[in-house]
Amino acid sequence: MNSSLVDLLPPLLIVAPILAATLPIALGLRFDRTGWSVAAITTTGLFAAAGYLASVVHAGGRVTHTLGGYPRTYGIQLVADQFSILVVLLVTGVATGVLAYTRRGGPRGNTFYTAYLLLVGGLLGISLTGDVFNLFVFLEISSLATYALVSSGDGPESAVAALKYLVLGTVAASMYLIGVAFVFMATGTLNMVELAEAIPNAERQTLIQAGFAFIVVGFATKVAQWPLHTWQPSAYEQAPDGATPLIAALVSTASAYAFGRLIVTVFEVDYLASMPRAASIVLTVGCVSVLAGTVLAVIQREVKRMLAYSSVSQFGLVITAYGVVIAGGSETAFTGAAIHLVGHGILKAGLFLSAAIVATSYGARTVDEYAGLAKRRPVVAGAMAVLLFALVGVPPAVGFVGKWYIALGAVEAELWPVAAVIFLSTMLTLAYAARLLEKMYFTPAAGAASARGHGPGTVATDGGEQSDGSRSSSEPRSDGGDENGDEGREGLASDDGAVETPLAAGVSYDPTGGPGRDGSGRSPDPVSSGMVAVVVVAAIVAVALGFAGGTFADFLEPFLTEVFN
Amino acid sequence: MIELLASRYTYVLMFVLLGIGIYMVIASENLVKKLIGVNLFQTAIFLFFVSMAYIDADGASAPIVPHHGEPGEVMVASPLPQVIVLTAIVVGIALTAVGLALIIRIYSEYGTLREDTLREVRADE
Repeated sequence: MNSSLVDLLPPLLIVAPILAATLPIALGLRFDRTGWSVAAITTTGLFAAAGYLASVVHAGGRVTHTLGGYPRTYGIQLVADQFSILVVLLVTGVATGVLAYTRRGGPRGNTFYTAYLLLVGGLLGISLTGDVFNLFVFLEISSLATYALVSSGDGPESAVAALKYLVLGTVAASMYLIGVAFVFMATGTLNMVELAEAIPNAERQTLIQAGFAFIVVGFATKVAQWPLHTWQPSAYEQAPDGATPLIAALVSTASAYAFGRLIVTVFEVDYLASMPRAASIVLTVGCVSVLAGTVLAVIQREVKRMLAYSSVSQFGLVITAYGVVIAGGSETAFTGAAIHLVGHGILKAGLFLSAAIVATSYGARTVDEYAGLAKRRPVVAGAMAVLLFALVGVPPAVGFVGKWYIALGAVEAELWPVAAVIFLSTMLTLAYAARLLEKMYFTPAAGAASARGHGPGTVATDGGEQSDGSRSSSEPRSDGGDENGDEGREGLASDDGAVETPLAAGVSYDPTGGPGRDGSGRSPDPVSSGMVAVVVVAAIVAVALGFAGGTFADFLEPFLTEVFN
Repeated sequence: MIELLASRYTYVLMFVLLGIGIYMVIASENLVKKLIGVNLFQTAIFLFFVSMAYIDADGASAPIVPHHGEPGEVMVASPLPQVIVLTAIVVGIALTAVGLALIIRIYSEYGTLREDTLREVRADE
């Protein structure tokens, strides 16, 4: 294709989803439920375009587009290079995959898909922009869409979670904007490439140091680093099951990508290495988050919360890798950070999708309720086990490759405490992953069935309520109750209204489980084959990308030689 | 010190507003006041952008296209920060709207705007 048309792809990738976001509402005036089709067509098209753009970037280097033809000193440039195209592929790929879940699993409203597409557009904007103020605008667009998605969850708790996220997220983005203001004051430009030239030559270095400090605080909040992570677990938990995979896999990932982009392209590694205490601050934030996130994950009862705290620690690893990059100028650690960003995105999408499937079929939300899942849903449990092992970092999965490169970078840079933290984090990740695996595979659901004996058919023994006081009890009852109510109609018609411990209730059904277990076919199975398939695909991709670890490094090589020369 | 206050008072004002805004976000129990705090915080940043464009060019006029005088002779404030502030204001309004919508939903569900009462209500349920 001729090059001028390829130049149009980056703006198209951003504009298309944002324009398409208006369609579900507009078409919703006439037709019901067009949202899913619009979103599916758009995201599939975006994924194809991203794939084509990636092949162009791989073959011929970066693709830039200057918006409106204004010079880049004060105009806006969109840049697709090896680093950004990885994130673009992740965003479009996960956005397409999650739709396979929401087709049956919901939410189904047209406005949900408007926010969905808006989020995708904002995230693609973050990935492709070459202008630090434009980055702020896209950060806010994606954040706004995320607040809307979180608040679309059932129950009033989701509004509280969304408001908490809104206040913290807005202050964080404002912190970033103050940082941009300081840097702009010292240099007079906003373009990333121009800034890279202007920053080392700026007269007033204090301004740039202050700017970097504000930017670090802003992104530490956006990426959910301890102790600024408090918005994240409640937001992930309260968001609708169909939206959490998208949010967990992409929103913080795009922010972490933006932070890495600022470190290597705007401030540049050599400059930051000479800035007093920059490396040690970033390293400390990352390492503390790795440890705190993992410890908090181990003590959680709710699966979604546990996975959310696990995100805190996994993003801690990425930030630690950035610290290693600054401290040691390590290309290896940067490759590790890029791989871990993509890998973690896929793993978390898969894990949250599995959690959503389990919640849809059994209303099971706590770790204890996962007992005996391996028998009831062997495919989902198997995929989840693969994803959990990948998260721990068992070779050959992608989680291992990312951690390996980061640890290797830390060792090369002779940062022994950091290397120790990374290895320790793997152990601790195993602690919470093993807890879930043990429940799924080795604790029989019969154990839960004896709990059912306390009051079969009479008392609502929803395990989620009793075991977790931190959550509003009305909320688990409403969603758990709905699902169980459905099953109750199918399997326990006489026991109407009884809300059992979910998997224990399941035992009394036909042991084959799966679609059509009641045989009456009155209500469709809440779990479609597409929902299971997308989880399996996520698990396969996580392992396949692990084998392709070297390919990742080769793909990033031109970018790395340009940045670290 | 006095000189700094006289010539750079907008910067001082910016930090005062930033402080008041973040204090409101942290200390106020009222959700609407929290949101006002966020707005104040953002407004301080707008002020910072606008004032940095003006201060370096003393006596500069607003960057409106058909100004009088020879091009190159008239001092004009940098238009770039002003464009940035316009965009940031739009973003801020969108955020305020979403925040207020969430607060309305919280109020209709829990019947309170105070965070401490909200905590109690949620703990009771």
